[in-house]
Amino acid sequence: MALKIVKGSIDRMFDKNLQDLVRGIRNHKEDEAKYISTCIDEIKQELKQDNIAVKANAVCKLTYLQMLGYDVSWAAFNIVEVMSSSKFTYKRIGYLAASQCFHESTDVIMLTTNQIRKDLSSPNQYDTGVALTGLSCFVTPDLARDLANDIMTLMSHTKPYIRKKAVLIMYKVFLKYPESLRPAFPRLKEKLEDPDPGVQSAAVNVICELARRNPKNYLSLAPLFFKLMTSSTNNWVLIKIIKLFGALTPLEPRLVYSCVHVVKYLGLLAMSKILKTHPKSVQSHKDLILQCLDDKDESIRLRALDLLYGMVSKKNLMEIVKKLMLHVDKAEGTTYRDELLTKIIDICSQSNYQYITNFEWYISILVELTRLEGTRHGHLIASQMLDVAIRVKAIRAFAVAQMATLLDNAHLLTGNMQRNGICEVLYAAAWICGEFSEHLENPMQTLEAMLRPKVATLPGHIQAVYVQNAAKLFATVLKSQEGNTDSTAAQETSQLMIDRLPLFVQSANLEVQERASCILQLVKYIQKLQQKDVEIAEEVNALFAGELNPVAPKAQKKVPVPEGLDLDAWINEPPSESESEDEQPKAIFAKEEPKHSRPRHTEVDEKELARRREARKQEQANNPFYIKASPSSQKVYQDTPGVEHIPVVQIDLSVPLKVPGLPMSDQYVKLEEERRQKERAEKKKKEKKKRKEKRSGRGKKHDSGPESEEDITPAHQVDIVTEEMPEVNSLDILYFVPLADSEKLPVRSHRETPKSPAEDGDTENAALQEPKKKSTKEKREKKKDKDRDRKVYDIQGNLQDGSQVVVSVIFENKGDSFLKSMEFNVLDSLNSKLQRPDGSGPHDGLTVPFQLPPGVSNEARFVFTVQSIIMPQKLKGTLTFIVKNEDSSTHEKLDFKLHFTCTSYLITTPCYSDAFAKLLESGDLKGSSVRLEGVNMPFHHLLARICFHHHFSVVERIDSCASMYSRSIQGHHVCLLVKTSGQTVSIDAKCDEPTLLGNVLDEIKQTFSQC
Amino acid sequence: MPFFMLLFSRQGKLRLQKWYVPLSDKEKKKITRELVQTVLARKPKMCSFLEWRDLKIVYKRYASLYFCCAIEDQDNELITLEIIHRYVELLDKYFGSVCELDIIFNFEKAYFILDEFLLGGEAQETSKKNVLKAIEQADLLQEVSHVKNCE
Repeated sequence: MALKIVKGSIDRMFDKNLQDLVRGIRNHKEDEAKYISTCIDEIKQELKQDNIAVKANAVCKLTYLQMLGYDVSWAAFNIVEVMSSSKFTYKRIGYLAASQCFHESTDVIMLTTNQIRKDLSSPNQYDTGVALTGLSCFVTPDLARDLANDIMTLMSHTKPYIRKKAVLIMYKVFLKYPESLRPAFPRLKEKLEDPDPGVQSAAVNVICELARRNPKNYLSLAPLFFKLMTSSTNNWVLIKIIKLFGALTPLEPRLVYSCVHVVKYLGLLAMSKILKTHPKSVQSHKDLILQCLDDKDESIRLRALDLLYGMVSKKNLMEIVKKLMLHVDKAEGTTYRDELLTKIIDICSQSNYQYITNFEWYISILVELTRLEGTRHGHLIASQMLDVAIRVKAIRAFAVAQMATLLDNAHLLTGNMQRNGICEVLYAAAWICGEFSEHLENPMQTLEAMLRPKVATLPGHIQAVYVQNAAKLFATVLKSQEGNTDSTAAQETSQLMIDRLPLFVQSANLEVQERASCILQLVKYIQKLQQKDVEIAEEVNALFAGELNPVAPKAQKKVPVPEGLDLDAWINEPPSESESEDEQPKAIFAKEEPKHSRPRHTEVDEKELARRREARKQEQANNPFYIKASPSSQKVYQDTPGVEHIPVVQIDLSVPLKVPGLPMSDQYVKLEEERRQKERAEKKKKEKKKRKEKRSGRGKKHDSGPESEEDITPAHQVDIVTEEMPEVNSLDILYFVPLADSEKLPVRSHRETPKSPAEDGDTENAALQEPKKKSTKEKREKKKDKDRDRKVYDIQGNLQDGSQVVVSVIFENKGDSFLKSMEFNVLDSLNSKLQRPDGSGPHDGLTVPFQLPPGVSNEARFVFTVQSIIMPQKLKGTLTFIVKNEDSSTHEKLDFKLHFTCTSYLITTPCYSDAFAKLLESGDLKGSSVRLEGVNMPFHHLLARICFHHHFSVVERIDSCASMYSRSIQGHHVCLLVKTSGQTVSIDAKCDEPTLLGNVLDEIKQTFSQC
Repeated sequence: MPFFMLLFSRQGKLRLQKWYVPLSDKEKKKITRELVQTVLARKPKMCSFLEWRDLKIVYKRYASLYFCCAIEDQDNELITLEIIHRYVELLDKYFGSVCELDIIFNFEKAYFILDEFLLGGEAQETSKKNVLKAIEQADLLQEVSHVKNCE
């Protein structure tokens, strides 16, 4: 058996592998057919051998030839043989060949049944996987019938890897052997809910395909698919499901909805993307989008809302909001309603109420919104009310009137206050009524309303505002009542306060208690004064005098920084510099002040980053193989919120919660329309007048076209507080002047990278070498294709133990193309062999473990085994590589020679003179001598040269005579006696290996003949 | 469901073929020849789809290689393009900036990757990571058995 294996691997040595075949075909472009026919003959020989590795290799080559269009059906039986190998490596090749070459009429398929069954039940999942993959390509009705049960079992395999393959292949089985569908279907259906998404999508795929053939049987699965559609984030699966529904809809029209929905959703999503860049084009679809608000699907409604936010203009705001308000009424008791509410407020308030032309309308909208029960956004409405009332002066009277009614009807709002966030609105109402009480028509009534006992049930912070503002109102009421002759009214008002306030003094809320007791004492004091007929209103009002002004958000920035305050100074010691800075050579920073290093460093970094980014972009742009990621297409579904599939029932509320006396916002819409019509009419009149005056047709443009934004005159103006603070004196900016110094400092440039080894390879590598090693150097420069690819080889042989030589090769890519898949190969001689990893053939090249972008160099080491070192050697080799350009790639090779000289086997070894003498005396050494003529250099130079180039060491030197010694890696002693007289140098040498000595002397001679 | 997938070069050389329906070699050859000619005759600006016989052809050129899929009438062209692209991405990840020669010299690997991604024409695994993991592990297995064999 062992002999067989050895024999097999010897045979393999002479085989072509697939790479050789491909390369051969490429090299025989002219006589391809002839070449291939010889190859096929070889393959036939290989197939006759017993060695399975040889067979697999042959089958692999056949698979390639099959693709080129050659008939390989004669090898079908051999393919089955390779398939049956117990080794995965060969099995894989066998199945691949089978899947490429077999078809239904291939008769050997019958023989495979048992083998496939065996592989399907293999404990190794990859064996099973490979068998399933292969089977999917050549399954026949017979195979399907025989293996259906095995595959069905695999559908419940523990590994998802097998499950998904088994599920997918079931489809093929169903096609070939339809009887298997019925028993397998329940299990297939189960797989729709498999925990593994891969298996799930496989099941979806199969059922979709089945359903396309016979939709009616799969209608019952629709709910399951619907669930999948709403929960899956895998868009591959979603597409399949939509297609499945497409197949089912003719039978079940209700399904159209779900399909349409997904499409609709995507459309809206796309629109919102377009809106950011081309708002005009989307705005024209306003009606369509408004229609989407009626959709039953909440996700779609929410998307539509998002869109609306971006589409409003002065012109359509009222209309859009009106529509939204209708929806608010319909969407009772859902979270969607809350969403609507915030959207309405967002839409209206965006960019400082830019689109609101009539604030009375907006206030009424807000008041209408307060009728919403159970909303969480009371505070939002409240803050809007406050904001508008404070900033829009003209609206205050109206707002106050509205708020007073709200307060009066507070019982409606607070009816079931516990779960009602809307009572927050009362906070705003109370504050507005108090602060702007001069606008109140009937302050007394409002005061009365604010002091009702029921108020005590409100949350603490609202009560506090109530109490405080009751005091403000009180002041106003006093003022109006003191003018009257009858002072009892004023006293009654005080009495009302004194009667009602104790309720608040008892409050559990500190704030309420504090304010109430304070105000109570104040009122008591006032009452005392009133009883003495003192005019008090003036003084009481002074308590609340002065107008509150809004502050711009940027106001703080305009406050000048006080003198002596340096905001940029460190309060504590700055943290230690980052590691990378520590690593920098100190000299660079020594001359400069350390405190500047930080900002400058980041600057360098940024520049560097930008540079790298640019370089990378460049590289990517130049690289046609770079595949840009397309995240957008994959992420579309990811943020899909769950589709609300409970249909929204339209509840007809006959009695809406209307607060009596409140205006409906609708009327403003009407008013606005009327106003616009009027304006338009007036304008037309003017135009006509103008036209009459000018008698020119130029005015026509304005006539028929739609109103432009500018035509709409707002009814009220918002105080947009941004630039109201006085401009800061420019001198204040001087605080920042010290910073300017650092700007002047030179920017440290990026550190230079060390020179590439190829440029000064000698020194670089000398440093890397261990002292023991010796090296032979060869420098070669090759030019290929003129100046496209230039490479420098700097080959160094390093010696280690008795029979091993390490050769370091520096590859430098001097061209502009990208080099990859480099393979280094040497034609071995009997004596010297390239060491290849286990398992590779004797002619296989070694992969260079890196790729070379243009201008980059890198070093790789290769180990050679040498048997005899007494003769110099030259090894021929090739380097094959792929050159990648903009749009093409070529396979190229470069031939080179490696020269192993005898001196490269010598190791510099020191030797003492007595040991040296003993060596010479022993008489084991054979002598030889050489004479060098015309050597024109000082003796010590000569010695140095021999030491350096030939790895000798000087033992002893007397005048113009020196003894030298060296040792080979295999332990040969080499002794030299060098004498010089005039220009003649004579070297007497002794060594235990005369051939080696002769070669070393030849090499020494050559060294000196070159100089 | 794709009927077959072909990879061919600008010169019309077939680099990879995968048939998901059993056809005789003669038919395969005929289809391949016709299709390669048709696709190569199209200008770069033309769209990636064409109707051919009763099938739809979806193709896309990546550098010097054309990736070409034949699908049924009811199938979606865009998802097929996506499948092609995903396959290219997989090749790219596996070979490290893939080029035509990678596929020529390692054509069996290209098949293995395709087989992990599509099975019987259906996408069996949509996660790139999982596909590559499966390939890597199978490769590892192959190396182990190879070494064992050589011992």
